[in-house]
Amino acid sequence: MVCIKQVPATTAEKRYTADLRLDRAAAEAVINPLDEYAIEQALRLQESGAVESVGFLSMGPEQAAEALRRALAMGGDDATLVTDPALAGADAWATARVLAAALDRLAPDVALMGMASDDARGSLVPGAVAAMRQVPLLSYGSELRIEGSSARVRRLTADGFDIVEAPLPVVASVTDQVGEPRYASLKGIMAAKRKPMETWSLADIGLSADDLHGSALTRVVETRKPEPKPPTERVENVGADEAVTRIADWLAARKLI
Amino acid sequence: MVSTATPTRPDPFALSEEERSVRDTAREFAQRELAPTVAQRDEEERYERGLFTRMGELGLTGIPYPEELGGAGLSYFAWALACEEIAAADMGMAISLSVHVLSQLCIFSHGTDEQKSRLLPPMTAGTHLGAFALTEPGAGSDAAALSLAARRTDDGYALTGTKVWITNGGEADIYVVFATVDRSHGPEGITAFVVTPDTPGFVVGSHERKMGIRDSPAAELVFEEALVPEADRLGAEGEGLKVALGSLASGRISIAAACTGLGRAALEHATRYASQRTQFGRTIAEQEMIQAILADAAVAVEASRLLTWRAARLRDAGGSINAASSMAKMFASDTAMQVATDAVQVYGGAGYSRDNPVERFMRDAKGAQIYEGSNQIQRLIIAQHLIEEQGRADR
Repeated sequence: MVCIKQVPATTAEKRYTADLRLDRAAAEAVINPLDEYAIEQALRLQESGAVESVGFLSMGPEQAAEALRRALAMGGDDATLVTDPALAGADAWATARVLAAALDRLAPDVALMGMASDDARGSLVPGAVAAMRQVPLLSYGSELRIEGSSARVRRLTADGFDIVEAPLPVVASVTDQVGEPRYASLKGIMAAKRKPMETWSLADIGLSADDLHGSALTRVVETRKPEPKPPTERVENVGADEAVTRIADWLAARKLI
Repeated sequence: MVSTATPTRPDPFALSEEERSVRDTAREFAQRELAPTVAQRDEEERYERGLFTRMGELGLTGIPYPEELGGAGLSYFAWALACEEIAAADMGMAISLSVHVLSQLCIFSHGTDEQKSRLLPPMTAGTHLGAFALTEPGAGSDAAALSLAARRTDDGYALTGTKVWITNGGEADIYVVFATVDRSHGPEGITAFVVTPDTPGFVVGSHERKMGIRDSPAAELVFEEALVPEADRLGAEGEGLKVALGSLASGRISIAAACTGLGRAALEHATRYASQRTQFGRTIAEQEMIQAILADAAVAVEASRLLTWRAARLRDAGGSINAASSMAKMFASDTAMQVATDAVQVYGGAGYSRDNPVERFMRDAKGAQIYEGSNQIQRLIIAQHLIEEQGRADR
């Protein structure tokens, strides 16, 4: 089961509502690019026969169904969307609770996620879901393998890599090292329309708005644009020796050489 | 990408989810797999067949044809969206693909069930490339004046004559060829045939040395008593001109879409360059004469897209598209030429260099004012339609 999130396109202009929530209707939305690697990893496992089926799970507004159908156009078998008015403004904790409850019901061997979301970049959800479900977490894999009744990730480290293994079921997250995500082919897009997609409310997964403390434990107090970068300094129209000296001085002044 | 390319809610022209998905797949493919190498393929005048194969794998080679025939089973509108994306990266491949889709349309619209099920699945899958052979040395805009002769034999026809400027010539696996069974019958003698490269008496002649779209092939085709079985005649004898013109009316929509993509790419490059290039102490984008160029280009590209979309939607709805597709093709190709020329101007000296892409856009755009019916012919079609409409209204 691959958990995906719909996020505003990286290039889209982001607008916020009065209560500092992202105005999702105003921006073109895509599958979180880092989740596409998780999808690719899952589809490769299915193609190699290591897993029988691949499903997709998302929590979000109704329009997140579009991201699920895009995932189904890449491959896989079915999708589940958890959507509920009470989930507006859900933070990482609330998201993890909802996903954990949905996963309890779906009971997959592997709940696979991207390493972070492109909009929030908290990287908290995989760990939180694993903790709530009390199953092992295999995080930041550059590759995921399923062998018999265990899962194994290869995780790059500063001086090599670790191999981490755990018995199924697990929560796993993978990085952009798993390989380039495939495109949704046009046949895939047509086929996706015929694949089953279920929509669940909070009640369907046995949760209530009270369980989520009003959908968040955290509160956004301010949003602002990043400071503009200072203009690029160019070394132009000078001889090679002079240019080298100036670049070296620039780097030295910043203790970079 | 500039926002003009991607209307979203609550835009009344917003794309459906499926249409966005098709556009995104075409865009991802074009930007990742065509854009990085297009300059080099243009420079080397090299057609890369593997890229066509890749488009086949993604389902881009038969978008508007039914799934039973291996197509994507999508609308002509979806095909136009994909074509814009491909052209924004690579005009040559967009035109090559557009001709491939055009040749399929002749078979799809006028072929027998046997011909469709035999010829179309490998074409929609991207294993067989199609070509559309109408133009001759003495028959360009006046297509009905063609002279390639189809002489009846015991079990078919013997074709003799020459075609020129045939896009995908030399690379194609399926040629839709227009010949006349009797020149004295004029347009009523024209007949369509399907010819494969292994046909005895059929050879590919010299390759055209083109100004632009140099990464797509175009060649002369020579027929000397080339034997074509009756089973490969498309439609009845004398129906050829109807096959050609009917298909071209639709083909113009994808040419318009491609020109929209080319104009958009030229505008994006010009805008980006203008925002970086500094003269007189500020970026040239802050200077009003440059702003006027960019603004005019943005309006024209948007108008090209809307004319194209309208023609495509009209076709999907089963409406008459003759005037609409001519308007789209004429306006979008004139716009592409204008915007590409202006992009060179915005770049200044850098734009005149082959190290920057805008000179390629300018060369690529020029052809679109000429092929698939020159823009003078499009004006004739539009004017005829206008006069007929007015006549009907006044009656």
